[in-house]
Amino acid sequence: MERSMAYESDLNLKATELRLGLPGSDEPEKPSTTPSVRSNKRASPEISEESRSKGSSCVSSKVESGERDSAPPAKEQVVGWPPIRSYRKNCLRAKKNDQVDGAGMYVKVSVDGAPYLRKIDLQVYKSYPELLETLENMFKLTIGEYSEKEGYNGSDFAPTYEDKDGDWMLVGDVPWDMFISSCKRLRIMKGSEARGLSC
Amino acid sequence: MILAQTRTYTTGSGPGPGPSSSSVLEYLAPCPDQVLENVLENVLWFLTSRKDRNAASLVCRSWYRVEALTRSDLFIGNCYAVSPKRATSRFTRIRSVTLKGRPRFADFNLMPPNWGAHLAPWVSAMALTYPWLEKVHLKRMSVTDDDLALLAESFSGFKELVLVCCDGFGTSGLAIVASRCRQLKVLDLIESEVSDDDVDWISYFPDTGTCLESLIFDCVECPIDFDALERLVANSPSLKKLRLNRHVSMGQLHRLMVQAPRLTHLGTGSFSPSEDVAQGEQGPDYVSAFAACKSIVCLSGFREIIPDYLPAINPVCANLTSLNFSYANVSAEHLKPIISNCHKLQIFWVLDSICDEGLQAVAATCKELRELRVFPFEAREDIEGPVSEVGLQAVSEGCRKLESILYFCQRMTNAAVVAMSKNCPDLVVFRLCIMGRHRPDHVTGEPMDEGFGAIVMNCKKLTRLAVSGLLTDRAFAYIGKYGKIVRTLSVAFAGDSDMGLKYVLEGCPRLQKLEIRDSPFGDAALLSGLHHYYNMRFLWMSACNLSNQGCQQIAQALPRLVVEVIKHEDNLDMDENVDTLYMYRSLEGPRDDVPRFVSIL
Repeated sequence: MERSMAYESDLNLKATELRLGLPGSDEPEKPSTTPSVRSNKRASPEISEESRSKGSSCVSSKVESGERDSAPPAKEQVVGWPPIRSYRKNCLRAKKNDQVDGAGMYVKVSVDGAPYLRKIDLQVYKSYPELLETLENMFKLTIGEYSEKEGYNGSDFAPTYEDKDGDWMLVGDVPWDMFISSCKRLRIMKGSEARGLSC
Repeated sequence: MILAQTRTYTTGSGPGPGPSSSSVLEYLAPCPDQVLENVLENVLWFLTSRKDRNAASLVCRSWYRVEALTRSDLFIGNCYAVSPKRATSRFTRIRSVTLKGRPRFADFNLMPPNWGAHLAPWVSAMALTYPWLEKVHLKRMSVTDDDLALLAESFSGFKELVLVCCDGFGTSGLAIVASRCRQLKVLDLIESEVSDDDVDWISYFPDTGTCLESLIFDCVECPIDFDALERLVANSPSLKKLRLNRHVSMGQLHRLMVQAPRLTHLGTGSFSPSEDVAQGEQGPDYVSAFAACKSIVCLSGFREIIPDYLPAINPVCANLTSLNFSYANVSAEHLKPIISNCHKLQIFWVLDSICDEGLQAVAATCKELRELRVFPFEAREDIEGPVSEVGLQAVSEGCRKLESILYFCQRMTNAAVVAMSKNCPDLVVFRLCIMGRHRPDHVTGEPMDEGFGAIVMNCKKLTRLAVSGLLTDRAFAYIGKYGKIVRTLSVAFAGDSDMGLKYVLEGCPRLQKLEIRDSPFGDAALLSGLHHYYNMRFLWMSACNLSNQGCQQIAQALPRLVVEVIKHEDNLDMDENVDTLYMYRSLEGPRDDVPRFVSIL
């Protein structure tokens, strides 16, 4: 009964892939054992998708093709699903943010080789491109573009973060909201260590 | 009843004696028709049910006229179904108006803003014809500050304003209402969007005292002047319902509760201390404050709850009939000691943060529960989710009197839904939202057809249904076969073919409101409902398989139907595919306030 997904012919990347949007029907076959939100750590969302998106609540959705059997529009956010009023969503989003760090969500940012750390308020940013641009300006370096397969290939720097579990993750893997709620600190890695991540 | 009077006969509309131009002092028994009409008028005053009144008005012209004269509550389920002029001409003695505007799916950003549902033409018409208007209830309407100003100026005896899911106005509009409506008893703002005009609207209520019985402003996001609020509460001896917004801290709440121990409905605001309370400092005695409020039956708020303070509400739990934790991120552990005292609870709204375990606790204690709503703390598809079929099953077994349920979850089984259909025969509203689209029964892998089928089959009182999960046409066949009194149906990402929609349109004679999104129903299915559309309030279909041609056919076949094709803002080319169809019966034809992204066929 399962819809055939266009991705299945790939190297099963679909199984580990997480769109920045809301995936949907591939979920049932995926045995998620962890009760927490972070079951999709290794996914690769579309950062470029997010930077194209037009603004918080009114991303227009492509017409979801009527036939269930065809793949959904690639990695689009689905407007208005689940059906929760934006008022409620906003109230609860604020709550989730507050959980991390009280008022404002300041996290330390370190750069390999820099003499001292900085602190930034993650709540100020709405998306990865915004955050990365700020980091680039703050530290006068180039991080470059994220890609799901190759991370920040071609750059000497790789932005990483420590999440709630204490693991160091590549910035950009998980959806922005999930990143916001799990990021404890940032570290911009440099040099060979950084390049190693992008393989 | 007048038995003798000077009367001039005019041409009557019913059978009876013909016109006479002379004034006659009538000592004889008055003409039977006049007697009848007087009796009718006296009797019909007592008729309150809308349905009964509508039926009475159809008997004959005389009854129609008398019913129109005696109706005091006007209910308009779709503000575009009738014009303000027509409504105010027919009903001349209205005291209370209820108006509903946008369709429900607009709440989920499925409609571009500024679609319509403006209050302005209504308030203008009513200002002229209903000087004695007392109550206005609006749902999903666009209300401006000017509208509120006109309302406040035009109705000197105005008593009640209820705005549900409305927008377009701000604190300046509220200030006008507060200051000018001296008889105001009820000001309820529920899930409405209120813009912050930097006006301290609370202070505009008269200092000398108010008749306020209900003040609900928990959705107002702007900070308020607490001193003004405290004065207002002190000056409002009749105040029974008070729901504060999240800018009111616990300490402030305490002060208000001390002023108003006779409250029956309390929205607690943030339910956390303000910034300047040091850790470990002895705070006010919240428990005593709650203990003093012996009349509280309804509790809500808890917008920024610090769970440690939750036990303060214990004194009122035994009397609570309604509890709203749907903005409170509370765990099962926090909930259990509280809920175990809530034996009388009938309405419970909560976040899924309480998990299945929390729901089991509810099921164990709340035997009188009539309405349950479980909202998701994280409204997304790709997570495990803390509530499941386990919670639903528990609730079905513990809360046998359940009438209404709204349940958001990530996974579900047919078995649990079937169990609920059998354990809760009084269900009137069943809304299940499995947030992952097209998700089957996670144990059997089957579609959710059988579960929903059981609901329509076993719940003989069911009038409202929302379906989700993986559903084939079979589910709709069940609905068409058994859902004979279903009035409202919500469908999303479901069905296989046109047959699904056909089953419903052909099988559900009482269907009034049908909203469908992202389902494979096309023109043929749409056409199969021609016989029924005049009996419906509206049909919404977005991201389905409709074409302009199909919609045109409907529009041509049914001239009293307004067929709106709504395009998304960024896709205004007229191609064959219809993004969104919204159609409704109307006496007025196409409305004149159509925005550019809507075409009326």
